[in-house]
Amino acid sequence: MEWLLEANTAGHKFALMAIAILLFAVVMGGILFAVDRPKRVPTWVVVAGFLGPTLLLLVVGLVYPALSTIRGSFYDKTGDEFIGLDNYARIFTDDGFQRVLLNTALWVVLVPLVTTALGLVYAYLVDRTRFESLAKALVFLPMAISMVGAGVIWRFVYEFRPDQPGVNQIGLLNQLLVLVGIEPQQFLLTAPANTLYLIVVMIWIQAGFAMTVLSAAIKAIPDDVVEAARLDGVGGFQMFRYVTVPSIRPALVVVLTTIAIVTLKVFDVVRTMTGGNFGTSVVANEFYTQAFRQFNFGLGAALAVLLFVLVVPIIAYNVRQLRLSEEIR
Amino acid sequence: MTTTTPVMAPVPGEADTRGRVHSRAERAQKRLTSRTASVAAIVIAVLWTVPTFGLLLTSFRPELDIRRSGWWSMFTDPQFTVDNYNQVLYGGGTDFATLFVNSLVITLPSVVIPITLALLAAYAFAWIPFKGRSVLFVAVFALQIVPLQVTLIPLLSLYVDSGLAGSFWTVWLSHSMFALPLAIFLLHNFMREIPPSLVEAARMDGAGHVKIFFQVLLPLLTPAIAAFGVFQFLWVWNDLLVSLTFASSPDTVPLTVRLADMVGSRGSDWYLLAAGAFVAMVVPLIVFVALQRFFVRGLLAGSVKG
Amino acid sequence: MTMRARGRRSAVLAGGLGVALVLAGCGADEIDGGGGGGAEAAADSEIDCAPYEEFGDLEGETVTVYTSIVDPEDQPHIDSYVPFEECTGVDVQYEGSREFEAQLVVRTQSGNAPDIAFIPQPGLLANLVASGDVVPAPDQTEANVEEYWDESWKEYGTVDGEFYAAPLGANAKSFVWYSPAAFEEAGYEIPQTWDEMIALSEEIAATGAKPWCAGIGSGDATGWPATDWLEDVVLRQAGPEVYDQWVNHEIPFNDPRIVEALNTVGEILKNPDFVNGGLGDVQSVASTAFDDAALPILDGSCWMHRQASFYQANWPEGTEIGEDGDVFAFPLPPIGSEGTPPVLGGGEFTAAFNDDPATQAFQTYLSSPEWANIKAQVSGPGWVSANTGLDVDNLESPIDQLSAELFQDPEAVFRFDGSDLMPGEIGAGRLWTELTSWIANDKASEAVLTDVENAWPAS
Repeated sequence: MEWLLEANTAGHKFALMAIAILLFAVVMGGILFAVDRPKRVPTWVVVAGFLGPTLLLLVVGLVYPALSTIRGSFYDKTGDEFIGLDNYARIFTDDGFQRVLLNTALWVVLVPLVTTALGLVYAYLVDRTRFESLAKALVFLPMAISMVGAGVIWRFVYEFRPDQPGVNQIGLLNQLLVLVGIEPQQFLLTAPANTLYLIVVMIWIQAGFAMTVLSAAIKAIPDDVVEAARLDGVGGFQMFRYVTVPSIRPALVVVLTTIAIVTLKVFDVVRTMTGGNFGTSVVANEFYTQAFRQFNFGLGAALAVLLFVLVVPIIAYNVRQLRLSEEIR
Repeated sequence: MTTTTPVMAPVPGEADTRGRVHSRAERAQKRLTSRTASVAAIVIAVLWTVPTFGLLLTSFRPELDIRRSGWWSMFTDPQFTVDNYNQVLYGGGTDFATLFVNSLVITLPSVVIPITLALLAAYAFAWIPFKGRSVLFVAVFALQIVPLQVTLIPLLSLYVDSGLAGSFWTVWLSHSMFALPLAIFLLHNFMREIPPSLVEAARMDGAGHVKIFFQVLLPLLTPAIAAFGVFQFLWVWNDLLVSLTFASSPDTVPLTVRLADMVGSRGSDWYLLAAGAFVAMVVPLIVFVALQRFFVRGLLAGSVKG
Repeated sequence: MTMRARGRRSAVLAGGLGVALVLAGCGADEIDGGGGGGAEAAADSEIDCAPYEEFGDLEGETVTVYTSIVDPEDQPHIDSYVPFEECTGVDVQYEGSREFEAQLVVRTQSGNAPDIAFIPQPGLLANLVASGDVVPAPDQTEANVEEYWDESWKEYGTVDGEFYAAPLGANAKSFVWYSPAAFEEAGYEIPQTWDEMIALSEEIAATGAKPWCAGIGSGDATGWPATDWLEDVVLRQAGPEVYDQWVNHEIPFNDPRIVEALNTVGEILKNPDFVNGGLGDVQSVASTAFDDAALPILDGSCWMHRQASFYQANWPEGTEIGEDGDVFAFPLPPIGSEGTPPVLGGGEFTAAFNDDPATQAFQTYLSSPEWANIKAQVSGPGWVSANTGLDVDNLESPIDQLSAELFQDPEAVFRFDGSDLMPGEIGAGRLWTELTSWIANDKASEAVLTDVENAWPAS
């Protein structure tokens, strides 16, 4: 038992890893073998075999914490006393909160749309060109960088130094401004533009995901479709607009949805760049601040629940898409 | 591009491979001639790369220079040093090899386990008709929004009670749990787009679900799995929060935690941050470059019906 | 100051000195028993084991320590435990994380608490005590603290009359950094009173230069340097009694005396003639990272910068710190009188989560002057303790020595950083953001303090 829990040499660790994967394979194999009796086993047993382990993990890891969060949102900061809707009331009466909500809306609308659009256009443009692999690797690069690294990278873009003799700009953008004779700007200081500058960072990070997925989708468009369009005299932008985009619609929905949800949850961009100051905070950042900086678990929980609520429209949209595609099928 | 494999687009009856290759080459020709398109692509690529490039240069600059001037001054006044990397790699008390091992040991099972589980679950949601399927699927999908942070205390309590706390098992389990909703959502999308006729045909032959899954779907999905695997690899490799909570003991601590601490104790030491960020990037980049061909053809291969 | 930034800063950064001195190397150095009378022990780096024997046979026991102090400042800590480990046979396992505050709460709530944590804010200590996780300090530790610390320090480790946590490291905040060389060249004197300081600022401003540079940016903790400014001025202008009442919310947060203090700060920080040397206009104070804010002193575009002793780690490598060096600091002068200026400071406290004998023995060791002196010797510049048994000569950097002298000066009024004592939502939240917009958006002092007052938690 001890051997399975404590590994302190590289060999031991890799052995443990192999055992874990093997163990997992054996368990799953056993389950699947047990349900693999085509006629004799009722459907629910098969479903349980395929879904059971997953649902178990999800219930323990996500559903239970989510439910206790919902419960916690009705309790005070230490979780001892039931205070009804007070936490929610506090969120919505706080004077700064409209700004937070507005910012969140801005993020969740702009990031998925712009990221997907950019990713799509770029994927389309570099598709089957000679430098495709390199071109994609460049845009994918930010995905491989940790949040900490991204924070530093963008600091060197937005950093401000006054326009004085003997003082050099450190931020790239301000250097460019100075070069064309404009006063350097405090990019992160002035609301509401600063939120846009933060959004740029998020778009920069996520574009690689959108580009990769959409590029694959474009490549999967059957050639006969493209060929038929070409024979009809469609080309260039028309092709993009009337053939490519409609053909990869499901992929677009997937990308939009995924990025929208990631954006709703994201807070580290805001935290590392402005700390939520200067009117840049978003709901997820407020949640983190309350729950883990100020130990106000009740209020933090209420903010988390608000995130659950904000995602409902996205889910509803996806359910609709699901229904539509089921109908077609 | 001339080696396009028909398997990637699982459309039955599409046998004319040679014709496809031909027409694709034609299309490529056509697009290359469009100058605006090329310019636009180059502009985006440059915009995306310049900030990182700046950091790369910064990581080789002396500390004082970094504070005093922008990285572009390296072109006019080249000052080059590898001290930053030396300090990152050898300056701290931790052995970097151990950190890499830990990161790898954490990451591999955290990629294999959730993807396998998600594949099975996605199969069930896509191809096994059962009561409440849609509702359950939407519920799983909706779990994506649960912020990781709310799960930390309940999970850690559980691990402490079960005596697992501090071991790799808790990290693997946690990463698997957190990855599942998105993995199921994405893989379900691939799964669903596979032509029903293929599955029907197998069923007619008397194959059970397990057989259909392994013999019909899995081969078609290999590229998508590899592609998603790379994403999951990147997310786990770059993860800080889960490792911090469940893997912070010296025997399990991964690279990211160590790098983040370096950042923390040296808030102003951008020169170390810059070098550290690149050290942490090496493995993800290798993985991406090595598996890029799967992205190119694989992900969402089945997303469009023929 | 901050939850996180404070956590890591207050531990005091040890400059470029990442490589720890091997303790054995210090064996030859004299270790002052610190008034405790350990002259015999001085010949060797060994410590007197007697105080730990009464905890019983500890051979083979393990004590886990969780802190916010990370690389490279962690190594001196680890090294300083060696004599204790040799003495008792206890194995001390050290773990530092910059996400300490959040993680500590996650761990204690999950039943995975460490044996000992170094807590940088008394406010956090009170929270942990309230949730029932922290156990009171053993008598031996308490006796050490009573003997070697100013009583205000013991008070900060006490919750509801029960003593929990002995002070560990400390830092002094009431410093103004300047360039001795530049001052001498220009013929400026170090101001002894606030008025002299303002007069000097005006004199410098008259030459067209900006006398002050400041920056309150600190990522998610942006704003904390401004709280230190406000606290320093409240302490000087309104006095320690009002300071205590204000911190404990016995007077409204927007009491007229506090408004007056904030306006006094504004006469410097929001004065376009005075700031922001080498960094921009008044607004740039809000966006400049605190760790970069004093650097213009080096190139002569700024003259003075108020920041704590731990700022010494932020000077670029090669900067000489000292009375005749490139930079040094003078105590922020008192307002309205001459004499010893009050000291605002911070520090961390040793809280235990169980009462195992090994844990208690280690707590006692950390509260002893022996430990403080050993720690001083193995640390580079950037570590001080308010332990009066600490021999100032064991400290390496002049600014540390100056801090220690201030801590040990019975004349000097010491007060702990108030924002650390206030409830977290104020001291590590609303006050930061309000003071940030006080500068960034030129929000009025009354409005700022009134908004904080309204946000003060009801209970």
